[in-house]
Amino acid sequence: MASEAKSNVLDPLIDTNPITLQVLGVCSALAVTTNMMAALMMSIALTTVTAFSGLLISSIRNHIPSTIRIIVQMTIIASLVIVVDQLLKAYAYEASKQLSVFVGLIITNCIVLGRAEAYAMKNPPMLSFLDGIGNGLGYSLILMVVAFFRELLGAGKLFGIQVIPVANEGGWYIPNGLMLLPPSAFFVIGLLIWAIRSWKKEQVEAADYQIHQVHRTEVL
Amino acid sequence: MADNTKKKSFIGNILALPNDNPKKTIFVAALLCLVCSVLVSTSAVILKPLQQVNKAYDIKKNILAVTGLLTEGADVDQLFSQFETKVVNLATGEYADIDVASYNQRKASSDPVQSVELSAEQDIASIGSRAKLATIYVLKDGDTVKQVVLPVHGYGLWSTLYGFISFDADFNTIGGLQFYEHAETPGLGGEVDNPKWRKQWQGKKAFNEQGERKIEVIRGFVDYKVAGAEHKIDGLSGATLTSVGVSNLVKYWLGDHGFGPYLKKMRAEMGK
Repeated sequence: MASEAKSNVLDPLIDTNPITLQVLGVCSALAVTTNMMAALMMSIALTTVTAFSGLLISSIRNHIPSTIRIIVQMTIIASLVIVVDQLLKAYAYEASKQLSVFVGLIITNCIVLGRAEAYAMKNPPMLSFLDGIGNGLGYSLILMVVAFFRELLGAGKLFGIQVIPVANEGGWYIPNGLMLLPPSAFFVIGLLIWAIRSWKKEQVEAADYQIHQVHRTEVL
Repeated sequence: MADNTKKKSFIGNILALPNDNPKKTIFVAALLCLVCSVLVSTSAVILKPLQQVNKAYDIKKNILAVTGLLTEGADVDQLFSQFETKVVNLATGEYADIDVASYNQRKASSDPVQSVELSAEQDIASIGSRAKLATIYVLKDGDTVKQVVLPVHGYGLWSTLYGFISFDADFNTIGGLQFYEHAETPGLGGEVDNPKWRKQWQGKKAFNEQGERKIEVIRGFVDYKVAGAEHKIDGLSGATLTSVGVSNLVKYWLGDHGFGPYLKKMRAEMGK
């Protein structure tokens, strides 16, 4: 039990990371990683939602009719997201303005529903809660790394503080505008997946097919 | 909800049914919706006052910023109290005699009774309709007007930009332009928030000597050696459509269907 709890939190950081291995939640990873502050708020919001949706869904899992289970999960997730959005608007107004629609889009984030369906429906509440925390942290880790590169190279800033003097303001660095656009997140995430799979070979998936050389016998 | 199962009650009996029983399915769905809706509405109701305070504070902060009064760590409410809030009838340019505090221009913009539909020709800012009355903020020193802040909005590339434009006492020299709400691409269209770009608006003239509206955002950089540079603002590189949007919305709101009549009237009064 204790070891499962531990692995629930630690495994999703790298070994079963929701973004780089499960390739879930990529949409918001593209959208909110233009600066680290937004990425951090998004990470906190998503981790909270994943953890509590795991806890709540797991605690009523024995009474969820299988015919409506996805709707039940979505209702719980959507309610949690609305509450988180309201809290952000009340206590972190600047951040909620920056995240705008993306807080609401946590509802459709595959990580939340994915963990609810794959884990919380079959496991006890506390373990599901920890599983949510773990996956939220795994998502957060990737988000922060991507945001670090995008904000640094795209605006010369980290957490909104200028670290490289940019040409616009008399410095030497000409910011790479592409880094601020969503496609750059694809490149960064792609490179991350490559790096992680070079380090942890067991994550490399078996090829779906193999190219064979065919020796033709018939005369062309 | 699972805690209720132990009780030998009506609820307990239903929960004891197999999960695929239609009765239980409906019961679970209804109960879940009830619990979730209570949760959501409770949080919305409890947090609403805090959120409104945040929103109002943010708008005040932007009004102060556009007039250049906002300084680091200043008391926003105290600074804002210097402003007089007024409501202008846009068609006539006269001040309207209504309760200023309860009037909400943004709500009025989409209310058919309180707004006017704009024809495609008039609607260069792509806003569809505009409120008949507009809330403005006047900064006075004794009886003389020092600055006036006008609300503007219009469509950029992805979103409607909401902001304020301020004028000096001559109702022609721009004091600043600032947006408090938009969803343009950060780093490209989002550069409308860039202090360096915003600074260019300071001191620009909205109208020429004949009173014609001349202000515009151009493509590329303004050549200051050429006549008319005082009406031109550099475009944002990589954000042509946002620049055009900003140009259009400023043109619209300073034009005949926006604050044009009001500004004209005020300029005439100043001339006396």
